[in-house]
Amino acid sequence: MSAPEKVEDIEIRLLLEALYHQYHYDFRNYAMASVKRRLKQAREQLGFATISALQESVLHNPAMVPRLLGYLTVQVSEMFRDPSYFRAIREKVVPHLRTYPSLKVWVAGCSGGEELYSLVILFREEGLEERTLFYATDINQEALQIAEAGIYNLDRIQLFTENHRKSGGKSSLSDYYTAAYGRASFDKTLRQQVVFSDHSLVTDAVFAEMHLISCRNVMIYFDRPLQDRALGLFRESLARKGFLGLGAKESLRFSQHADAFNDFVREEKIYQRDGR
Amino acid sequence: MNASPKAIVIGASAGALDALSVILPALPASFKLPLMVVVHIPPDKHSILAELFQAKCRITAVEAEDKEPIMGGTAYFAPPDYHLLVETNGTLSLSSEEPVLFSRPSIDVLFESAADAYGPDLTAIVLTGANEDGAKGLACVVEAGGTAIVQNPQDAFASAMPESAIAICPDAQVMSLAAIAAYLQKV
Ligand SMILES: C[S@@+](CC[C@H](N)C(=O)[O-])C[C@H]1O[C@@H](n2cnc3c(N)ncnc32)[C@H](O)[C@@H]1O
Repeated sequence: MSAPEKVEDIEIRLLLEALYHQYHYDFRNYAMASVKRRLKQAREQLGFATISALQESVLHNPAMVPRLLGYLTVQVSEMFRDPSYFRAIREKVVPHLRTYPSLKVWVAGCSGGEELYSLVILFREEGLEERTLFYATDINQEALQIAEAGIYNLDRIQLFTENHRKSGGKSSLSDYYTAAYGRASFDKTLRQQVVFSDHSLVTDAVFAEMHLISCRNVMIYFDRPLQDRALGLFRESLARKGFLGLGAKESLRFSQHADAFNDFVREEKIYQRDGR
Repeated sequence: MNASPKAIVIGASAGALDALSVILPALPASFKLPLMVVVHIPPDKHSILAELFQAKCRITAVEAEDKEPIMGGTAYFAPPDYHLLVETNGTLSLSSEEPVLFSRPSIDVLFESAADAYGPDLTAIVLTGANEDGAKGLACVVEAGGTAIVQNPQDAFASAMPESAIAICPDAQVMSLAAIAAYLQKV
């Protein structure tokens, strides 16, 4: 593994530097195997002969940035993904949250909003929505726009409905959207307590004190030191005894911040900030 | 082709359990190499693959964790609903990128990243399965100078996957399961 660096690897490194210096998007410490795969796809599908040619285009043409971000950021998501996670939030975390007069929830790396709406609906069902302010953040502007619009293809709704039911949903998902022209448009009242904003876990700072942070399937795209940076932000941002929920295959196990958290629902990767 | 690989990657689909049960339990406790394994499994949260093979094998069998350092003598299984990738710094990553050929985990994704990380020091094995996953990945392995092995389609539970692999990589070594097991015991 100590062979001389391949030309394409050099090009990828330089492209990521260019993206950072010109546009302040910092992918330099992402888990590289996936970044490489996605940049190769971008090169092919956008019709460039080399990654260097792609880099030149990105540097001189800002309109290329969102297109490239579409490749670099993985947007796969679904509502109530891993229903047992949301069930655990409902049954184990919500009883603690009820004791606060007002709440702040941060959905970090919210993608097209599926995870956000899952939590807002859950909070509404549990009677907590009105006292809660939700922050939904991502680095991908197009994803944030989709999240703000709250419109999804109808062919996804069956899965969302099934997940919602499995998560212990107390209502019917159809109460929250209207269907027309092959699309499901989620009720705008679900957004009245939500602030959408551009925020990077890599380059930006803490912005408020939270009671619950849900950041699922974002940190798997980071390398270990970058995961630590993000977890440091969460640690700083969480109120004493606040909750952190990660993706099914993410954990604090290898992190330097592990000591600041206790397992709360171990199987669901839900942690609680210590009392200090 | 390289006589002494540093890592093994294996992909299997329909019929995987029986095929792997011939290969993995045959490996001695002294087996030095890491094995990364993708088996197509339903996206349900829990997979019993690692537990099952841990009970049957002398090497260690675990479900791969994100950012885990790769250790010799260990078989790492991709978890359900995540791709498994090998990083050039000797660790594993998971990803929830789109399924490839309807599969997540995808054999192609594992093989492609492992080919990049290990180059000629990789041996890749395509076993039984009823689709085309693994063929493109195997081509990446060959292109990087690694060794390609494919289960003989004639004695595979499902022949499509080995057949597509051989179609793309005509120089792959075609072996029976018993021969693959014997081969691995000697690497
Ligand atoms: C796979 S999606 C996860 C969506 C959702 N959280 C879920 O689990 O269903 C990953 C999201 O992380 C976002 N992301 C990537 N890097 C980020 C960063 N540095 N800061 C914030 N979000 C980031 C991507 O734009 C993408 O929307």
